[in-house]
Amino acid sequence: MRLLQSVLVRLATTAVTLFGLAVIVFVVIRVVPGNPVAMMLPPGATEADVARLSALYGLDKSIFQQFLIWAGGVLQGDFGTSITARQPVLELVLGRLPATLELSIMALIIAIVIGGLAALTGTRLRGTRVEGGIDVANGVALSVPDFLWGLVLILLFGVLMPVFHISGRVTPSLELPFVTEFYLFESVVRLRFDLWSDIVAHMFMPALALAIPLSAIIGQLLKQSLKETMHLDYVTLSRTKGYGETHVILREALPNAALPTLTLVGVQFTFLIGGTVIIERLFSYEGLGNMAIDAVINRDLPLIQGIVILFAVIFTGVNLFVDMMYAALNPRLRHA
Amino acid sequence: MLDGRGAVRRRAGVRLWLSALWLGLLVGAALLAPWIAPKDPLAQDLFLGRLPPFWMAGHEPGYHLGTDSLGRDVLSRILHGARIALVVAVVAGSVTCLLGAALGLMAGYLRGWVDVVISRFIDIWMAFPPVLFSILLIAVIGPGLGSIILAIVIIDWTRFARVVRAEAMAQGAMDYVASARVAGRGRIGIMLREILPNVMPTIVVLLTLEMGIAVIVEAILSFVNLSISTDDPTWGGMIAEGRTSVHQAWWVLVFPLVTLFLTVLSFSQLGEGLKDRFDPVLR
Amino acid sequence: MSYLEIDRLTVRLKGGGTLLRAVSLQVAAGEVRGLVGESGAGKSMIGKAVLGILPRAAEVVSGRIVLDGVDLLTLPPAERRRRVGASCALIPQDPLTALNPSRRIGPQITDRLVDILRWNRGRAEGRARELLAEVHIPDPDRVMRCYPHELSGGMRQRILIASAFAAEPKLIVADEPTTALDVTVQKQILKLIKEMQLRHGTALLFVSHDLGVVSKVCQSLTVLYAGMVLEDAGIGDFFRAPRHPYSAALLAATPKYTDPTAGLIPVPEAVLAAVRAEVAAADRRAGHV
Repeated sequence: MRLLQSVLVRLATTAVTLFGLAVIVFVVIRVVPGNPVAMMLPPGATEADVARLSALYGLDKSIFQQFLIWAGGVLQGDFGTSITARQPVLELVLGRLPATLELSIMALIIAIVIGGLAALTGTRLRGTRVEGGIDVANGVALSVPDFLWGLVLILLFGVLMPVFHISGRVTPSLELPFVTEFYLFESVVRLRFDLWSDIVAHMFMPALALAIPLSAIIGQLLKQSLKETMHLDYVTLSRTKGYGETHVILREALPNAALPTLTLVGVQFTFLIGGTVIIERLFSYEGLGNMAIDAVINRDLPLIQGIVILFAVIFTGVNLFVDMMYAALNPRLRHA
Repeated sequence: MLDGRGAVRRRAGVRLWLSALWLGLLVGAALLAPWIAPKDPLAQDLFLGRLPPFWMAGHEPGYHLGTDSLGRDVLSRILHGARIALVVAVVAGSVTCLLGAALGLMAGYLRGWVDVVISRFIDIWMAFPPVLFSILLIAVIGPGLGSIILAIVIIDWTRFARVVRAEAMAQGAMDYVASARVAGRGRIGIMLREILPNVMPTIVVLLTLEMGIAVIVEAILSFVNLSISTDDPTWGGMIAEGRTSVHQAWWVLVFPLVTLFLTVLSFSQLGEGLKDRFDPVLR
Repeated sequence: MSYLEIDRLTVRLKGGGTLLRAVSLQVAAGEVRGLVGESGAGKSMIGKAVLGILPRAAEVVSGRIVLDGVDLLTLPPAERRRRVGASCALIPQDPLTALNPSRRIGPQITDRLVDILRWNRGRAEGRARELLAEVHIPDPDRVMRCYPHELSGGMRQRILIASAFAAEPKLIVADEPTTALDVTVQKQILKLIKEMQLRHGTALLFVSHDLGVVSKVCQSLTVLYAGMVLEDAGIGDFFRAPRHPYSAALLAATPKYTDPTAGLIPVPEAVLAAVRAEVAAADRRAGHV
């Protein structure tokens, strides 16, 4: 019962957040001087042409009226029509979402693998030079944001040692038999490992750039948490049973140390998703973020609104998911 | 134990001094750019386009770090770019800090409806990718140095507000605050005289971090062509140009990138170093 | 021949400071020996040195720990762990922190049997059920599926005792096993440890600061001060006539459990000064050698 109540409260505050965000974005992008419609028409267009097209997109009404119309549409699943692409916003946005989701999740996995290995190695070899080296690397990785890591990776593995692709999502000349936009996932399902390796070679650099700062956060937090756990009595007791250091870390300390790290990874993962906007631009990756920047530059108001709301839904959804995971993984909460 | 801590402190000290040294060099470069820059950062010469740096064959004397595709001197542009970067870092960083810390302090200590309103705004801000937010703002208010600073302030105040709110809340529950209240101090007095000094170390660390972030935001906006103007020498603009010609002239990307990298790293290491200094347990 | 023989064991902190000063003691098979002293006297360190769980800051400088005829300190680490894991066990001090909160009880009892002694899972679980019944836990099957936070402190200490006896060890180190418990539970747990020890014939190294408890459980005891052995005696002899003045003072300082009104008498300052001088003299002798 308490669980249901807390979920309801969460959903209510989420709704308030989304509504507030929608209002702010709606107002902010309509303060833009200059009519976006004017940019779409050829130079010789008359005032009447502009007015007609404005009426078509509802831009001649007051901001308040426009908001009501837009919000009414959203509640029925209609996010309006993109001004530049002249297609439904929902269709456009959902078409790009898989690319961004695949990139973010791949980045998350890379971050967990690198961060986890760094933390475990640092704990196993604590007090040695290796641990010191890991700490320094973590510090640097943490201080420099994904945008710069992306540029560094472009230089290192795109130019100096060109082993990965630094532009696009897939080699354009390849024939894609896919029915969904989840290329990475579908290539595995269809056992097309030739396509899969091409997609991974394109995704790896942007995913790694996104992953580096998060891996440092995971590495630092998990290592700290592990170090505290290693002093606890049940870890000592496990040693007396005849287990070696590695086993003790993995089975006794890690499950308990991972839990506090998990809650923080949730918030950090939303930051990572936010980072896809510029990273996709940097690597010309055809995802939601790249589309968002184009939408802003083209002043495609309905599209901007749609993308912003979608990002907000993803962010709040991730946070909700992490909280549920935490409850599910923590035996104390599970049986309470 | 003592030895270990000593080594940690020495290492922290080295980091602090190295970052301070780099940032000092930058300040010097920014102040003296018109006198020490070997060339005019805006002068174009298409005959001298994409000259390599001084150690490579085909370089031209006077163009130490080579030229970009328009024949502009990379070193001179980096030196002049330091001016814009540092102005953005210092002005945007401190204004963001003032606004964010003030709101965080109020939310954390006054609680009640003030906290509800501020926290709700923080939630809304957190649901918005900051890069997209800044691009959107610049598109609305138009490019320019002032716009960039304004955009950074509008977006990043939550970084301060979130942390300061939590700290102020923790400090507000301490006994010394209660005794100050008993002694008859007002709420504003307690906030400024009792709580603020205890939150100050955190604020200083966040401020240095924010300065680094501000430089990056400027670079990102330049990168998507929304910063100051395409002519003015900014590191981000140079990086954007370097990205497009990276296969022909890597140096156009490498030198501003290294400069930016070291600057961001120095700001954050300065923050880390100051944190150790402020930490009463370590001190 | 004694099952455990500690011979002039010296343990130091890496930053200086001595934890154990040439400690020698023996435990025969099936013997229950108490290790007594104030906090910081090094009594827990002896158990930790035997089990190989000394803190990272501490190191063995010299001496031998001979277990069943083999000097543990000469073995490679993995071999030592396996040998100690198969023949020794620990009953820890605080049952609330000695069970892993994210693992169920069953596997925490059977893991040593399955992983170190290579039993099959079914046999190990049967053994765990048997042991839980031996320590008077009703419904062992349910308890084995529980997480630690679902059980009381007394219950958890019973589980830890069962777990310690699981592999039929020859030696168990009990490190102040009742200190963290309620007074009412203390007596039951003490009785249980004694009962289990008798049934399994296990040698027990019983670390305690409480002479009253030691007199009930142990057959012999070793008195420590500042990491140095002051007296080594059978339990009857000790309580009749302690040889060392410090032991006598300690005995006088212990409230008789038969007479709770007796109150605490601190160890006299003169006795403490004499013991400190004795420790200093021993250090000087060790320095000359």
